[in-house]
Amino acid sequence: MKNIEFRTASSAQGGLIVMSGVPGVSAGSRVQIKDHAGRLRNGLVIRVSDDAVLVEVFEGTDELDLERTWVRFLDEPFMLPVSRDIMGRIFNGAGHPRDGRPPLVSSDKRNVNGEALNPAARAYPREFIQTGVSAIDGMNSLTRGQKLPIFSGGGLPHNRVAAQIVRQAKLLGEESSEFVVVFAAFGVSSGDARYFQESFEESGVLNRVVMFLNLADEPVIERLLTPRAALTAAEYLAYDLDYHVLVVMTDMTAYAEALREVAVLRGDVPARKGYPGYLYSDLAEIYERAGRIKNRPGSITMIPVLSMPSDDITHPIPDLTGYITEGQIVLGRELANQGVYPPVTVLPSLSRLMKDGIGKNYTREDHPHVASQLFASYAKALEVRGLAAIIGAEELSEGDRRYLEFANAFERKFIGQGEDDDRSVFDTLNLAWDLLSMLPPEVLIRVSEAELEKYHKWQAAAEAV
Amino acid sequence: MGKILEINGPIVKLELPETVIGEQVRVGELNLVGEVIGREGNTALAQLYENTEGLRPGEAADGLGYPLSVELGPGLLNAIFDGVQRPLEAVWAQSGDRIARGVQVHSLPRDKAWHFVPNPSLKSGATLAGGQVLGTVQETESIQHRILTPPNTTGELAELAPEGDYRVDEVIGRVKDRRDGQVHKLQLFHRWPVRTPRPYRRRDHAVKPLLTGQRILDTFYPLLKGGKGAIPGPFGAGKTMLQQQIARWCNAEIVIYVGCGERGNELTDVLEFMPELIDPHTGRPLMERTLLVANTSNMPVVAREASVYVGITIAEYFRDQGYDVVMVADSTSRWAEALREVAGRLGQMPVEEGYPAYLGSRLAAFYERAGRVEALSGEFGSVSLIGAVSPPGGDFSEPVTSHTKEIIQTFWALSKELADARHYPAIDWLESFSGYVPQAARWWAENVDPRWAEFRAKSLELLAESEELQRIVNLVGVEALSSEQRWTLEAAGLIKEGLLQQAATDDIDSYASPEKQFALLEALLRIHDEGMKLVKMGASARRLLQVPLLAQARRWKSQYKSEQLEELKAKIAEIPDVFEKLAEEYEQAPQG
Ligand SMILES: Nc1ncnc2c1ncn2[C@@H]1O[C@H](COP(=O)(O)OP(=O)(O)OP(=O)(O)O)[C@@H](O)[C@H]1O
Ligand SMILES: [Mg+2]
Repeated sequence: MKNIEFRTASSAQGGLIVMSGVPGVSAGSRVQIKDHAGRLRNGLVIRVSDDAVLVEVFEGTDELDLERTWVRFLDEPFMLPVSRDIMGRIFNGAGHPRDGRPPLVSSDKRNVNGEALNPAARAYPREFIQTGVSAIDGMNSLTRGQKLPIFSGGGLPHNRVAAQIVRQAKLLGEESSEFVVVFAAFGVSSGDARYFQESFEESGVLNRVVMFLNLADEPVIERLLTPRAALTAAEYLAYDLDYHVLVVMTDMTAYAEALREVAVLRGDVPARKGYPGYLYSDLAEIYERAGRIKNRPGSITMIPVLSMPSDDITHPIPDLTGYITEGQIVLGRELANQGVYPPVTVLPSLSRLMKDGIGKNYTREDHPHVASQLFASYAKALEVRGLAAIIGAEELSEGDRRYLEFANAFERKFIGQGEDDDRSVFDTLNLAWDLLSMLPPEVLIRVSEAELEKYHKWQAAAEAV
Repeated sequence: MGKILEINGPIVKLELPETVIGEQVRVGELNLVGEVIGREGNTALAQLYENTEGLRPGEAADGLGYPLSVELGPGLLNAIFDGVQRPLEAVWAQSGDRIARGVQVHSLPRDKAWHFVPNPSLKSGATLAGGQVLGTVQETESIQHRILTPPNTTGELAELAPEGDYRVDEVIGRVKDRRDGQVHKLQLFHRWPVRTPRPYRRRDHAVKPLLTGQRILDTFYPLLKGGKGAIPGPFGAGKTMLQQQIARWCNAEIVIYVGCGERGNELTDVLEFMPELIDPHTGRPLMERTLLVANTSNMPVVAREASVYVGITIAEYFRDQGYDVVMVADSTSRWAEALREVAGRLGQMPVEEGYPAYLGSRLAAFYERAGRVEALSGEFGSVSLIGAVSPPGGDFSEPVTSHTKEIIQTFWALSKELADARHYPAIDWLESFSGYVPQAARWWAENVDPRWAEFRAKSLELLAESEELQRIVNLVGVEALSSEQRWTLEAAGLIKEGLLQQAATDDIDSYASPEKQFALLEALLRIHDEGMKLVKMGASARRLLQVPLLAQARRWKSQYKSEQLEELKAKIAEIPDVFEKLAEEYEQAPQG
């Protein structure tokens, strides 16, 4: 059947073609369509009965001439060939090389859709990854096997932050990174793609990177396949070859928009903002491929990047992502405008797996309390700053003025750091105590009295002032 | 035997005459499972619980003759099932890390023998009613499994096996139906269709609070055993943590945790911590009273829709044995979305945000299965149902949240602002409500302290008042407040930080006994009252705010375990002294 071309399309409209008289077609099968000019399009069987097959054409059905359209049913879903040789290679969303080197030959092919991991087979992620970024390590830490997206917006330095994490990420006690990187870019500009390539080159990780690129002007179908192909490669590296894999994917918003485009063509019932009701499940099929498996040494840690349309965190794409991922690192325009890099807005940021990967046996015993105290004090300080904007800083009480100073120092020194500044988590915690020492001990009730005794330098700070 | 006519995502059209709606089907060479949801002429429409990729028209299909049912018997506890009750540990052993399609594994293990002790009051010839206790199996150290006659089986007991070890599918008795003379086998387990509520004698009033050890729940917005509650909140606000806290610490006898369309790691988390934690009520590992139903977000959507019914049917089964059962469902929104997805495929008319018109009635019917009943066995049991709701964009006016709000009695509203400031549990004390306060008040008055209702109301008043004051402060600064107002604000802050806030991650703070909860409540109100007395005498709030007691009191919750009640009470006894000293100071040098 793979070798037979059919010319029996009975209608072509709105991205769908209906074929009749093709028996034995399987659901979800991949389809190739050749138009009158000999150009190939890709499709998928989305509905099939004995007398009609409905094929979704990813590149659309414009200019398809029914009499001169040939359709080939490949009788298999999208598959990605895998082998050790994928390391250091660059592919497009369909797994074809785009680095000018020959295609990968391997008899080992994997269905890019993957299969759901049995929850009973999962191992809970607990190993702290030091990213060297204080706002992350100190307050929203990452663990091996976690999925932690970066929520960003147009013009914000998410690429630089992601690249810095890739450069610096290592386990505590490791000299340098043991990660291999799977990088997937879809719907991004070639400039963005080049930026990553160069940054991997500079930091010398390029031979440990597999790249999947689908640029903004390339077919939508491939955009839907790119993260799946990348994760198929990641699963192979993690569970067949026992690597720890760091997957960076950008931009999930472009992915979701591609999904919407296809859904509208199909006539699926929209839920919010025109996105189909199954966007949640679809994103979950991608994000849930991160994790660890019992009795397997490898792991998949995932850092998806997405730009929030109009900086709106309640937009369906960040919203549904937040409902699936294990937290989010939110970048903010206000900090960026003040020149703070990385502009991590810590309050809406969250790492859900942090609680199980920090503290006594993982980082340092005071870490959980320090993080909680930083959140509480900074939240209070922002309230004070709001008040100061109304009544003027001079009108603030002495206690409140301290909070104001704390907020400024915290943003400049703790959140702000250089792009090459690779801080150890201990430096981050010590820095946190320096800042907390700007506040009197009696307002620091999230840390214990013993911790205050040991780390708080109130007197010293008071003298220094 | 029939065949596949058409495949459309999880919906398949079959040529399968003489099947009924709800009947289970096996489809295709892979033997995928599903259920019939529509009939027309010789054809049936079925939804499949597994991915249909690779299926072809013409492949075989067959009806199984029964609706989606669960196996109810020993072996349920301690287990993790998928959305159609396949045991995931056994599936793992059989098909590896990834769930293969078409796997067939019995829900309850067939190789394990259980020690059955027959009910001594049952003799051959006795009249057996549906739902009656045939005997018991000590399933875990803390839970005795009562073996029940299937609810619709009645007749004359022809024979009952003696005490001994039996596997679940061995015959342990026979009963002769007096109506038709037919003899039915009895086993340690029976099946029950999940979409049919299990029958009981009568409904009874819920009277006792479900104690969770979470202060803002028990003290402010209580739920009863047999009650229905909801936890709505945006992502990251703490729905799952709260449900896990309830699953850990609540004083129910059986806990059913349904992960419906949520994260795989959260179930792993439960599977890892539950066996290690000790039930404060029985002293045994918590896992012994717990079971999980898991359909994670990346598993097929149709089975997600089924998973909550599988959970609630198992809950009713333990209720019928006379147990207090709690079922937490995380998240009911994912269930509703599954409903929406199937409705969309069937071309049903969407009404609001794509949801079908029957969303509200399905939700109501589901929550209706909670309650306290006198079971057919004569025992009293209850099912408390707590559903998480995940509103898009955190907007509570969306269909699932608004329908749910009308159905439930206790509403624990989570707020993004509180969560962002890491005030956990991020339960908004003004938005939340409980319709069970009068019943709970009776229990607290009889078991802890008669002043509970009064104190509760007083602290809520303080909180509401402070909200007003805060608004003023945000506009013109704290200096605009009178000393009395400043003290009120401080006292409300004390209640928020010293009582409402509770860290699930802190060993001591994670659980608070009712007595500890009340002691803290009393202490903080006492501080407020004593201070207010001084302020009314003319003392400045500014001076009072410097009292170290205020910072100390905020730490008591995580300094004194529930068992250290006496030490906590000693602290409370010292409160008047602190203020008396201040009064002396003030009398010597009045400042105004
Ligand atoms: N009571 C609590 N004590 C300490 N930390 C908490 C508490 N509640 C929530 N948190 C923190 O908030 C994080 C998010 O909570 P949780 O996962 O329960 O959110 P959720 O509402 O279920 O989100 P989603 O809808 O995305 O599933 C937790 O990982 C934890 O760090
Ligand atoms: Mg949750």
